[in-house]
Amino acid sequence: MNKELALYALDVARSLGASYADARLIKTVSETVETRDLYVVYAADNESIGLGIRVLVRGGWGFATARHLTKLGVVAAVTKAVEAAKASSRLLNGRVKLAKEAAHQEIWQSPFSIDPFKISTNDKVSLLLECEKLMRKTRGVKQTSGILTFTREKKLFVSTDGSDITQTFLTSGCGIDAQAGVDEHFVRSWPNSFGGQYESAGWEMVQRWDLLGNAQRVAEESVMVSKARQCPEMVTDVILGASQLALQIHESTGHPTELDRVFGEEENYAGASFLTPDNLGKLKYGSKIVNLTANATVPNALGTFAYDDDGVPGQRVELVKNGLFVGYLTSRETAHELGLDRSGGMMRATGPGFTPLVRMTNVSLEPGDAGSLQDLIADTKRGILLDTNYSWSIDDRRHNFQFGTEIGWLIKNGKIVEPVRNPSYWGITTNFWNSCDAICGPSEHVYWGIPTCAKGQPCQAIGTGHGAAPARFKNTKVGVAKPAEDKPKGGAHSKPHSGHHHAKVARHNRHCAGGSK
Amino acid sequence: MITEAKCKKIIDLAIAHAGDRVTDMQVTVFEQEQATSRFANNEMTQHVDTCVTTVTITVNARGRTAFFATDSTSTKAIKRAVDKAIETAGVLPHDATTLRVLKPSNLTEDATPKFSRFDPRIAALGPEDRLKRVKSIVEVARRGRFSAAGIFATYLNSYAIGNSAGLFRFDQQTNVECSITMLSASSSGWQKGYGCNLDAVDPVALAEGAASRARKSRNPVYVRPGDYTVILEPSAVLDLICFLYDDFTGTEHWYETSSFCKKIGKNVLGKNITITDDANHELQTGFLFDDEGMNRKTVTIVEDGKLKTPVKSRRSVKYLGGSPTGHGAAPSSAEGEFPMNIVVAGGDSSLEEMIASTQRGILLTRVWYVRDVDPNTKLLTGMTRDGTFLIENGKVTRGIKNLRFNQSVIDMLKNVVEIGQPVLAAGEETFPAVVPPMKIENFRFSSRTKA
Repeated sequence: MNKELALYALDVARSLGASYADARLIKTVSETVETRDLYVVYAADNESIGLGIRVLVRGGWGFATARHLTKLGVVAAVTKAVEAAKASSRLLNGRVKLAKEAAHQEIWQSPFSIDPFKISTNDKVSLLLECEKLMRKTRGVKQTSGILTFTREKKLFVSTDGSDITQTFLTSGCGIDAQAGVDEHFVRSWPNSFGGQYESAGWEMVQRWDLLGNAQRVAEESVMVSKARQCPEMVTDVILGASQLALQIHESTGHPTELDRVFGEEENYAGASFLTPDNLGKLKYGSKIVNLTANATVPNALGTFAYDDDGVPGQRVELVKNGLFVGYLTSRETAHELGLDRSGGMMRATGPGFTPLVRMTNVSLEPGDAGSLQDLIADTKRGILLDTNYSWSIDDRRHNFQFGTEIGWLIKNGKIVEPVRNPSYWGITTNFWNSCDAICGPSEHVYWGIPTCAKGQPCQAIGTGHGAAPARFKNTKVGVAKPAEDKPKGGAHSKPHSGHHHAKVARHNRHCAGGSK
Repeated sequence: MITEAKCKKIIDLAIAHAGDRVTDMQVTVFEQEQATSRFANNEMTQHVDTCVTTVTITVNARGRTAFFATDSTSTKAIKRAVDKAIETAGVLPHDATTLRVLKPSNLTEDATPKFSRFDPRIAALGPEDRLKRVKSIVEVARRGRFSAAGIFATYLNSYAIGNSAGLFRFDQQTNVECSITMLSASSSGWQKGYGCNLDAVDPVALAEGAASRARKSRNPVYVRPGDYTVILEPSAVLDLICFLYDDFTGTEHWYETSSFCKKIGKNVLGKNITITDDANHELQTGFLFDDEGMNRKTVTIVEDGKLKTPVKSRRSVKYLGGSPTGHGAAPSSAEGEFPMNIVVAGGDSSLEEMIASTQRGILLTRVWYVRDVDPNTKLLTGMTRDGTFLIENGKVTRGIKNLRFNQSVIDMLKNVVEIGQPVLAAGEETFPAVVPPMKIENFRFSSRTKA
């Protein structure tokens, strides 16, 4: 990492009139292995290095990337950023001001035990193929797939405030799935859908999630759900499995508490938020047992870091306390705008080619006192357990949501009695969180990783973490996404992530250039 | 901007470095220069100027395929990428179905564009030029007492493919994009434009269109969810029909995961629906060769409601028969294809005529966060957004609060009663395509929301 080049960028920015500048020099290496139906459909390595320069000139922002990592390349990039900032400064309602932050100097490494880049590609492929072979032993399984992905990112952040921070992030992801059905296809995934679980950890997380040990169960459940009846339409008590609850938190708590969104900066694409500042400290967001936090300091969670891309240390911030809406996700700019003394440290960019935005860290529901999932099921007279996300949608103010899951389990008198296919549930955010009457305890609490949270224009995908234990929500509308009555029996899930996914996304991006989301 | 000569040099270097260690090899170079001026609350919030070059090496070493991508074009980085790809391929299991790369002799048609998709005026735009356009949008907002948010963005894309059989393709194109939301205290309106030519996007006209929708939808009222006649503007049509694209691919038919599996030759949509994939269409964007270097052919996928054929890659034709259509992914063991240039045939109704012929219905400007909830029936859910109106007695009477829909897109395309003229529409769920506005019966809304 050429720190001199990054520091040189700051010098050039100062000389061109920047009142503030930061430079992020980022080197990334990644490896992905993906198998489908006993073939390796994607074995890819990727490496990149880039320098992104952000400047504040006359109160306006400008940002550019260096095309070449040379002094000439840096001068060209900083010049572009300054020109952009000067143009921005001529269309402002007021100059951008940043909440104060001390200068920080630190070298930090995300914790891990086993370096996944030291595990051979052969071993990785073998693990996935073994899982596939095991899943395919179950009669009725039609398709199988698996994925392992690993990324090491080394990021240098320097700023004209005097910060000099080097962070190295190691991220690992793993997942398998099986599809069953004759004319319709039903998937079960492990540990999560759409590529599995992602953590800020090493190969040890692949071992811990025990793909091989879960392969047979996953296969059997895919066949089970393919033979199950359609989830009935009803109003009942819903228990959300922890990974589904993680996405519920992401969409209905994380996004609406992003303060740049609240201030209207995402209106054109990702939307705004119902959590306007007049609600702060007043709105009864959830029931009294609902406590939601954003915590960037959790070891091994996907949204963990030491410093954000404003140079602010990662922190734990309360968003909802005993059901009351009390806090936002902030940056130095938005914190100042709201009148806060300091940013909560949530400003991040997807690599050196993007300017940072307010992003979730690890936005989590704190554990409750309802014991284990089995205890919660035993305590439920009539309801449904919904597990593993399949479908998700929420309006542009984050009120009206609808989710679907891979499987549902009907509960009667404290016992699971029957699986159902194609389950879905619907609600209005505050009504839903106010109906939460039980949250499982710490033993069930898991930090789930969502690797592709999309926001911004141009669209940035970034990893976020969400701690959750299964929780119960009273009187929730279920089965809203049933197929039309004059159609064949509804199926779900014929196409989760496939072997084509990477190629299609790449082509999509290349073709449409500005296409977002 | 990267040149054709530079791309050729990178590709030749990689192929030479691999030598006889590989059976086949393909190298792609893709560069995108992107400049985005982003605004909200009638002020500039971001102003970015970026450039990324990605070199992707694909090696086939005796039936073992591996990829390596790097954003460095240095000799050292390219050689390292080749070495690493060969090393990875070496430990993979053998795949007897691996395809050889495309030979130049297989190219029988000229892929030279009939018109240029490169506009030097877009390439020459700087931050002051973008500011000028954003200011013109904000002026429209201020005049109407709205708050404007959106982007004005430009793209310069260069794409080269070369392989060890001697094939080399290169093209460059520009794109311009402008998306605008106008907000009042109780309403919003949205418009988005996209094209390869600077004249394709008129920021002031888009701003006025968004402002008009925000103005007309002030003080929206609730309507009861249920089945409605709807009129979808082209962007809304696009963001729904794109969920059928996967079902139009040969690989999904081969795997029997397409919703239209085993229905080739059968009526699958309404008789007034014809869908082609046509990279040469004058309104379309994108390169004219696929990721194997093959020319993109015009394919009639659905004709008068009948499924004719999916698009096919060189691999899927081995299982489905027929000829590859030039929609393939980079050569590897099991990758597929994709329709990148969808064109939905138009009809003879104008939007005004559709409204005039509607006794009671809903006009949708934009749909949002659309997701597939049942791929077998293509049941989709999503929300309306930024300009949803009630139509009564042939007139748009007022704005309504947003609604959630749960609607099969297949059923939707069986219930189209009027079609307008197609335009290059841009949405948020997919890349732009040429689609018309549509009037549809029995579109199902399942719930409403506060906003």
